[in-house]
Amino acid sequence: MKAAAAAAVALAVLIAVALLAPQWLVFMTMLVLAKGVVVLGLVVLMRTGLVSFGQGLYFGIGAYAAALLSHQFHIADAAVMLLAGAAAAGLAAALLGLLLANYREIFFAMLSLAFSMILYGLLVKSAALGSTDGFNLHARTLFGIAIASGMERRVFLLAGSVCALGAALLVHRLFGGHWGRLATAVRDNELRVAYLGASPYLVVYVNYQIAGALAGLGGALVALAVGHVDPETAYWTTSGEFVFIAILGGTQSIAAPFMAAAIFEALRTVASQYAPNVWQMSLGLGMLAIIMFLPTGLWSLVRRRRAA
Amino acid sequence: MSAVLTTQALKKSFGAVIAAANISLSFDADTVVSLIGANGAGKTTFLNMVTGYLKPDSGRIIFEGRDIVGLSPRQITGLGVSRSFQIPQLFQTLSVRDNLLIAESIAGADNPQVKTDAALARFELGSYASQLAGLLPEGIRKLLDVAMALSSGSRLLLLDEPTSGVSADEKFAIMDVVMGAAQAADVTVIFVEHDMDIVARYARRVVAFYDGGIIGDGPPDAVLHMTDVRRYVIGEEIPHAAA
Repeated sequence: MKAAAAAAVALAVLIAVALLAPQWLVFMTMLVLAKGVVVLGLVVLMRTGLVSFGQGLYFGIGAYAAALLSHQFHIADAAVMLLAGAAAAGLAAALLGLLLANYREIFFAMLSLAFSMILYGLLVKSAALGSTDGFNLHARTLFGIAIASGMERRVFLLAGSVCALGAALLVHRLFGGHWGRLATAVRDNELRVAYLGASPYLVVYVNYQIAGALAGLGGALVALAVGHVDPETAYWTTSGEFVFIAILGGTQSIAAPFMAAAIFEALRTVASQYAPNVWQMSLGLGMLAIIMFLPTGLWSLVRRRRAA
Repeated sequence: MSAVLTTQALKKSFGAVIAAANISLSFDADTVVSLIGANGAGKTTFLNMVTGYLKPDSGRIIFEGRDIVGLSPRQITGLGVSRSFQIPQLFQTLSVRDNLLIAESIAGADNPQVKTDAALARFELGSYASQLAGLLPEGIRKLLDVAMALSSGSRLLLLDEPTSGVSADEKFAIMDVVMGAAQAADVTVIFVEHDMDIVARYARRVVAFYDGGIIGDGPPDAVLHMTDVRRYVIGEEIPHAAA
């Protein structure tokens, strides 16, 4: 109930932002939501004991799936694009997960990185998809209703907010019960899980799919926000950014990924404006500080305050 | 009484080492059997074959009328064979309650919370319920490991050295709790044990392993007094002329 109330408040704030905020803030909020959703998926994996350095794969698939709908099939509905992004990435994760769910630790991390770089390589080489430049997309309707010119991003933000909050609530629900405990159990001791009669492989496989679909949703959201896709979405630095945000926020709460993504985007915007040459260094120093002083992420500050 | 578990001519070797020479055993329902033998005699290999961790080179393992050779540990556990480990296998970052709750939920209990409360009481773990499993003293870790194995649906409980690593003054208390719970749950118990006091007190039947084979099988009084068992399992010095 507490989660539902928090989500309702968040939705109210997001609606206010979508309707009243200046365009740049609307744009930034969309990026925050998109990255927060991807990182939420990463947190699902981390709770299962796995770190993926290749979520860019599904982020890229989601973005390109949404963009291709507009570009190749002239389907310009934002809702369809968001769903297609999540579905395409979830499907790809269902396929690759069959293999990846067998691997753990560094092997899992490197294999996921390898697959994302394969997609990057394919996208860079395919002239039909604009190679390194990518291509533009246009969404003009939501659920078939035409969007007034100039209002596109505001409407996308509304749609994105509903998707992101819905996803967060679903994950919260799923991980608040048996499935969440089971994921931690797999992280702690797979032998015992098998000797209690459950399949660690299945737990990893399902959570990998959830993470993939969420990354796809995030990719589609970014594609809508930017109006353009390029191979950078699947590049390893993009994947690394998601891991960065996940560590920044910590894995203890469903809200942490969104909070961390907001801080990350705000930092990046401010830093690249006032210190364009050293903004990455400042992020690096920030990460060092987090790991040294708040190893369980920024969310532990919220916890500490509540406990006090 | 009908046999709950039967093994027929089980063979297993690791290179030149024969861990199971030709093991044919039958275990009646609702009994308590102890497997004894020196290190490397083949006791744990036997448990590992029964639970599907190791596949025998040849032979059959029949559990409740069904050949379970080739099934995975997960499938065999699902059929009702559960086990505890010499080194307790717990979920270290979760509380004692959550450890049990996971076990009951996986086992498909109708009401896992109620079953968990019952297990906490039965194994006298109530005062540890909210502690993390990784921080427990060894005796309690052992108890929790058995409690998780003995979740709903278990009909054959295999215990691998339930009192190893436990202090001498704790071991009987722990075994009393374990055996009481096993009896209440109406399960058959097979336990591997090095401590002959424990064996004599809790086992109704003793099977002595030596070099992958069986050198004694019967009631504790009889088996524990056999010359070969005293020499090879208990490790007494017995002059060969007297044998």
